[in-house]
Amino acid sequence: MNFETVLPLAPWVVFFPVLGILLNLLLGKRLGEKGIGIIASLAAGLSFGVAVLLALGLAGHPEGATYPFLRWLAVGDFVADWNFRVDTLSVTMMLVVAGVGSLIHIYSIGYMHADVRHNGEPGRFRRFFVFLNLFVAAMMILVSADNFLMLFVGWEGVGLCSYLLIGFWFEKGAGGIANAQAAKKAFVVNRIGDFGLLIAIFLIFYNFGSLDFETVFAQAPQVAAALPGVILAITLFMLLGVTGKSAQLPLYVWLPDAMAGPTPVSALIHAATMVTAGVYLVARSQALYQQVVLAQDVVMWVGAATAFFAATIAVGQYDIKKVLAYSTISQLGFMVTAVGMGAAVAGMFHLVTHAFFKALLFLGAGSVILGMEHGHEHAAAHGSHTEGHHSAFDPQDMRNMGGLREKMPLTFWVYLIGALALAGIAPLSGFFSKDEILADASLHHPAVYLVLTAAAFLTAFYVARQLAMVFFGKPRSEAAAGAAESPAVVTVPLVILAVLAAVGGLLNFPTTHWLEKWLEHSLYGVEPARFILSVALISLAVALTGLLIGWLVYGRKPLEDARQPDPLARPLNGLFLALEHKWWVDELYQAVVVKPYLRLAQFLAQPVDQGVIDGLVNGVGNLLRSTAQSWRRIQNGYVRSYALTILLGVVLVVTYLVLR
Amino acid sequence: MFEDYLPLLVILALAVLIGFIVVLLGVLFGPRRPTPRKMAPYESGMVPYGPGRRRMSVRYYLIAVLFILFDIEVVFVVSWAVVLRKLGTLGLLGMLVFLVVLEVAHLYAWKKGALEWD
Amino acid sequence: MNLSDFILTLPIITLLVWALLLLVVDLWVPKGRKGIVAALAALGLAVTMGVTLSQSGGSGLAFQNMIIVDGFAVYLNVLYLVSGLVVVALSHDYLKRMNLERGEFYPLMFFSIAGMMLVTQAYNLIMVFLALEFLSIPLYVLAGLARERPESEESSLKYFLLGTFSSAFVLYGIALIFGATATTSLALIIERVGQGALNLPLFIAGAALMLVGFAFKLAAVPFHEWAPDVYQGAPTPVSSFMAVAVKAAGVAVLLRVFLTAFPSLAAEMAPLGWGIAALTMLIGNLLAIAQTNLKRLLAYSSISHGGYLLMAFVAYGNPQVAGQAVAAMLFYLLAYTLTTFGAWAVVISVEQNDYQGLELDDYAGLGLKYPWLGVAMLVFMLSLTGIPLTMGFWGKLFLFRATVDAGYVELALIGLLSSLISAYYYLRVVVMMFMRSGEPRIRRDGWLSLVAVGSALAVVGLSLLPNQILQMAAQAILSLQ
Repeated sequence: MNFETVLPLAPWVVFFPVLGILLNLLLGKRLGEKGIGIIASLAAGLSFGVAVLLALGLAGHPEGATYPFLRWLAVGDFVADWNFRVDTLSVTMMLVVAGVGSLIHIYSIGYMHADVRHNGEPGRFRRFFVFLNLFVAAMMILVSADNFLMLFVGWEGVGLCSYLLIGFWFEKGAGGIANAQAAKKAFVVNRIGDFGLLIAIFLIFYNFGSLDFETVFAQAPQVAAALPGVILAITLFMLLGVTGKSAQLPLYVWLPDAMAGPTPVSALIHAATMVTAGVYLVARSQALYQQVVLAQDVVMWVGAATAFFAATIAVGQYDIKKVLAYSTISQLGFMVTAVGMGAAVAGMFHLVTHAFFKALLFLGAGSVILGMEHGHEHAAAHGSHTEGHHSAFDPQDMRNMGGLREKMPLTFWVYLIGALALAGIAPLSGFFSKDEILADASLHHPAVYLVLTAAAFLTAFYVARQLAMVFFGKPRSEAAAGAAESPAVVTVPLVILAVLAAVGGLLNFPTTHWLEKWLEHSLYGVEPARFILSVALISLAVALTGLLIGWLVYGRKPLEDARQPDPLARPLNGLFLALEHKWWVDELYQAVVVKPYLRLAQFLAQPVDQGVIDGLVNGVGNLLRSTAQSWRRIQNGYVRSYALTILLGVVLVVTYLVLR
Repeated sequence: MFEDYLPLLVILALAVLIGFIVVLLGVLFGPRRPTPRKMAPYESGMVPYGPGRRRMSVRYYLIAVLFILFDIEVVFVVSWAVVLRKLGTLGLLGMLVFLVVLEVAHLYAWKKGALEWD
Repeated sequence: MNLSDFILTLPIITLLVWALLLLVVDLWVPKGRKGIVAALAALGLAVTMGVTLSQSGGSGLAFQNMIIVDGFAVYLNVLYLVSGLVVVALSHDYLKRMNLERGEFYPLMFFSIAGMMLVTQAYNLIMVFLALEFLSIPLYVLAGLARERPESEESSLKYFLLGTFSSAFVLYGIALIFGATATTSLALIIERVGQGALNLPLFIAGAALMLVGFAFKLAAVPFHEWAPDVYQGAPTPVSSFMAVAVKAAGVAVLLRVFLTAFPSLAAEMAPLGWGIAALTMLIGNLLAIAQTNLKRLLAYSSISHGGYLLMAFVAYGNPQVAGQAVAAMLFYLLAYTLTTFGAWAVVISVEQNDYQGLELDDYAGLGLKYPWLGVAMLVFMLSLTGIPLTMGFWGKLFLFRATVDAGYVELALIGLLSSLISAYYYLRVVVMMFMRSGEPRIRRDGWLSLVAVGSALAVVGLSLLPNQILQMAAQAILSLQ
């Protein structure tokens, strides 16, 4: 396919979803759920089609190009254009976003059909798909940006969509406010990160005089030679943005709470795409990071620490989605470590495979939740209330599950594939991508390698724990006993994702290294990937050990009862309590940051704002109003007095001219 | 330049003067023997009846306005006709446009019933 | 007189011929089906727009330098025609429900638009005067269209009396200028000024009187008092037409005459313009605060926006920034047109058949009950205040920037201050709509909603590409300097 002919299609990756939004907004009410779902899925699907065409075009012209679309802002010397950058890196992201996105759109038709009824608000079906399409559009803007400003536009856009979708059931959750608070938390924490990114962008413009990727990256070596501190500041502020969006230490706290959103949202936004924006940003900005070793080291250690830290917490969680959330944070840590080490290809590789298997796991979890809800309603309909009060039942609590292998066989098998890929079992995709990161770490940063290997071990362990608790043993609640397999619209995307999660490793298979050859055209300073047999074997052994220990603890003697404590609780005692309570990080933040902040806000609100400032404002307002009231008497309605005023005006004009 | 206008001024003054003198002479030397009939507004006409300040129907004004409109048309057409040959085709076309516009007005007044008394 | 004269004035001719046809056609359209006339009127405006657009890029003089065609004129003519189209959309349903469906409405509007086009293209002071009258007289009639209502008659009569009064000033000014320069042609005036062959005091006095006359058309303080009364009494679509198109024409003729013929008087005229602009912005906004009637409120709002537009005039004598200022003014005019028509569309929606529903209290709860309309009105109010993400913001930004560049920092500050004041009453409408509860009633009409929602979308949408529009405006005025 000729590159020049497909290049002008680039804007359509954004405009198809926008078109979907408009159609659904205007016609959605009349179309019904089917129509809404089809339009939204089609919008995402067409966007994917465009991305495929672009990829085919790039195959013959891998250098890529920029498609000039619109001069957006021009103020003085500052110019920001809305251009579409079409190169191998951005198209890779487009393929992931639109591809996984399309599958999740289709899945959502089935999932949301049940979800809106379960929550008693069928009218919100359309809203969900509008938000979902909006997200795809914003994400496409982010990845197709040709300068830091457009990237920031997309960055904020996906943040907004994330906020809207986490709070999709904003009046639900504990106390009728938990979901809204989760959304708010995500937004505020992300704002802190965005603030860092914004400062980085300001610094870039101040020092480079431009925000275009091309210009900035080309000048990076000169600026780094002249002002090394500036590049360090830019990269570290950018890192702050990355820790916000990609949920790294210390700003990761929003992501577990973000699971309050509907499960497809967790899969699309909070696992497969949006949270990887930070990884993409660092990969894209390799030219800046590779100028400063210190910045690279900081990024790397932030990633590695997050990978280990989040994996420990995942071990102590009972909510099926929370486990996956911490697992996501941990895996994002792997990617950030990779891009921090300069192994951007490995990072991108893991990003792609992770998108496959983590989306699969989340959607599988969604299917499990649907089954549980179905079983719960079934049980309630038959009048048995042995599980206590109706609303107290938590369909996401793994302690209530068990034995779902027989009830939901298809879900079990695809979930198993995703879980093993996550654990890093050969030959599934996760094995190859994780191994590439580990291999690179083992060569240059042995300490990081050890931390990551420990994280990989924990990963395999909590995967085994989850599999055992959800699918094996006996049903521990009537809901689990009555669970049923989900409809085809839910399971078909699962199967497709399962296939992708299984064979995704071929993308950068150790002998061919397709992805590396593909990405080396748009990544700065690509290091050749290596396959080190010993590292691969060690990591495989570690994963298998983790699985085995997990099986010994949880699978051999499954839980009997939902109220039974975790088998690890007794031997680990206080340590497990810490894991269960996520190392009390939320409490720490609450005490150290939130409380003092609220006190300050209270002080500013009560005496400062409502007393001093409001008094001033109201005083001025009253003054203006009384002036206006007294002046309006001049306007008395008589033509003769109006004419007199005109004459007076003329006299004034003439007087001025005479006296001048 | 003002000298050129002097004869005009003289004529103006004379006209005013003569008119004034004639009336003055009549008042001074004419006999005055008034009778009621002689004092009537139309000395040799119909005997007036009713108050002089009657309300007129608004239709009179409408007709009057239309009359003025079409009367002025005649003023234009007559002066145009005098020099028609010199104006040539363009003059003819110009007058045609003028008349078409006028005819639209006529048609409008007609259809609106402005020409009907009741 | 030759063919090119007619080609250059083809848009005006088209419009006038169409108006005459409309007048005749309407006579045979039965009462219940006046929609046909409205449709024909819209078609006529669209056709004229096509003809006008075909002139874009070109320029020329017609009828012995009486009429000029240039980018400035084309830009504004399109604006007038768009206004006409919007007014057709606004008035179709309104006229029907108010029982005002008179066949004269659309032809009169056409005549007025033709007058605006002529006044924008006038290249001779006689033409300026004739065109001003041509645009005003139909408006006097339109203002009194609802002749059963004393308010409408009052509006018409007031407008007529004061309009004539101010026309006298223009005419007097023209006479003085003729006395000073022995010509009325704009091109010849500037030539005479260059030769120094003129009576300067007479010339200055003439220009000042013309400024007064134009300021009246713009409703600038202290020549503004007619506007609220006239807008309030006139049928609402007519008010919207006056608020937008007439104001645009006023600015157009002011800039045309002063930029072309009186650049030498900038030292005298700029301070006058400065004072008028500052007074207009401040007093217009201040008096708007005291209003509770939406039509009066919008009337004062439009007065104050006339003040902002006049900022462009203040800079006219400075050749370095005059172009920039005029381009900013054209941009502002576009923003103002979209926003104001939208706001008036909402007012028309809320207005009841008995002319009630115009008080601020009638808007209580509007935004909650009719979110589309409420959000649209919110957008208009924000745009009129000049808050970012709307066209109004960019309009003010460009105008203030031009004013600062011209060295009138104080004027820009006054503009900023008065924008601040204006937030008080614009946001009060918003508060009323969204934070008070009430039982608003609206008239549902597709065309009204289209205008309201369409303008809101345009106000927000176009604000994303301010530079393209500004460049278009700058392109339009290249020939003016």
